[in-house]
Amino acid sequence: MRAEDEAAIVACIPSLRRYARGLLADRDRADDLVQDTLERAWSRFSMWRRRGDVRAWMFGIMHNHFVDRLRAQHSRPEVSAGDDLPELPQRPLQTDALELRDLERLLQRLAPEQREVLLLVGVEELGYQEVAQILGVPIGTVMSRLSRARARLRVEMTGGQGTGNEVPGQEAPGLAGRMQRVK
Amino acid sequence: MNNDVQEPDDLGNGNARSPITEADLHGYVDGQLAPARIASVEHFLATHPEERARVLEWEEQNKTLRRLLSPVLSEPVPLGLPLKASAVAWPLRSLAAGVLIAVVSGGSAWMLRGALDADAARRAFASPASVNDSTLTGFAQRAAIAHVVYSPDVRRPVEVGADQEQALVTWLTKRMGSAVRAPSLGSLGYQLMGGRLLPGEKGPVAQFMYAAPGGQRLTLYVTREVSGQDTSFKFGKDGAVNVFYWVEDHFGYAIAAGADREALMKVSQEVYRQLKGG
Repeated sequence: MRAEDEAAIVACIPSLRRYARGLLADRDRADDLVQDTLERAWSRFSMWRRRGDVRAWMFGIMHNHFVDRLRAQHSRPEVSAGDDLPELPQRPLQTDALELRDLERLLQRLAPEQREVLLLVGVEELGYQEVAQILGVPIGTVMSRLSRARARLRVEMTGGQGTGNEVPGQEAPGLAGRMQRVK
Repeated sequence: MNNDVQEPDDLGNGNARSPITEADLHGYVDGQLAPARIASVEHFLATHPEERARVLEWEEQNKTLRRLLSPVLSEPVPLGLPLKASAVAWPLRSLAAGVLIAVVSGGSAWMLRGALDADAARRAFASPASVNDSTLTGFAQRAAIAHVVYSPDVRRPVEVGADQEQALVTWLTKRMGSAVRAPSLGSLGYQLMGGRLLPGEKGPVAQFMYAAPGGQRLTLYVTREVSGQDTSFKFGKDGAVNVFYWVEDHFGYAIAAGADREALMKVSQEVYRQLKGG
């Protein structure tokens, strides 16, 4: 492996950690996810080569590990991640600390596939097409997940004008049908 | 509900007259529209206050999410994360910083600015070839890499800012397990920006960052991962990064910058003088 390729992978670590923290909230669990992703990346590096952007490739690996974790979690009952208050990165305690904490809780209550899209687009600032490739879904699915995530957050944050009946984050029980590993 | 959203096949390419879709509104918020389409969306929003309110809230969501999560970027990378493929020691052997720079600046998160401007690079490359490009090893090379990785970071070059210098020094001292302090380099035109903790070979190392008025950055790398006797000043370079380093009293110090050798020598002497005097 060439030094510059290693450097490119290492340079992805901060944004991988940020994305994982958004997916899992809990710092240790998030870093476990990053660790799995990195180990996979190091061992599968030769498969990347011709596939373009290394950052997108690594987000794709993280997606697969995330799906695996959700499946494993599904098979045994566990406290939902949104219930225990996550450890937050260091920041000054200001008036907006409460707002941020609320947002974090709402984020964790979103359906995982919506959380992924919202974070990849809104925080990691990836293009819709790139997100579609990372998640292995059509771009239309990316857009509808984005739409639902934003609508749901909007309703919850503003106490807003939703119908109150639909809870888009909690539809359809079958995780398997909605989230797929990407080959 | 699925049908609310149209396939954005032509997102950004939409004819200025084609109807605005929800996908256009998302694309507008996320900066993914072509300029011509942006104007159409803005025109639409000007006449549709409800949609406008929705778009503003989406923008606010993006901002708040970034505010929530971006502090993670400046946390020290945990020691447990694998930074290399196998048992190869980090940092990479025979890593030429010039190559690293090219890759890193091509990536999305790390943009190369300031410290390695063309001028500095030219000066560095033009300096006498008394030293090979690959003279750096050990902690001096780690310092050069840390300089290249962190000094171009525009948004969060340091983890703790100079406005909290006392807290920074206390924290680094605690984490390093021995007294660490940030020399004052104001007399040479470098102001302390702050510092961060980084993973070294086995334990934490400290990095202080300074900025010159021209935007050039200089980093001081302090590590306890040295063996052997005190050494005199040594000079080496890794691509465009020049490094002065020495070992004193079981600490390794390395000063890295794109600045030329003479300027760096002055800084090194000043740092040495202050640390020795303390």
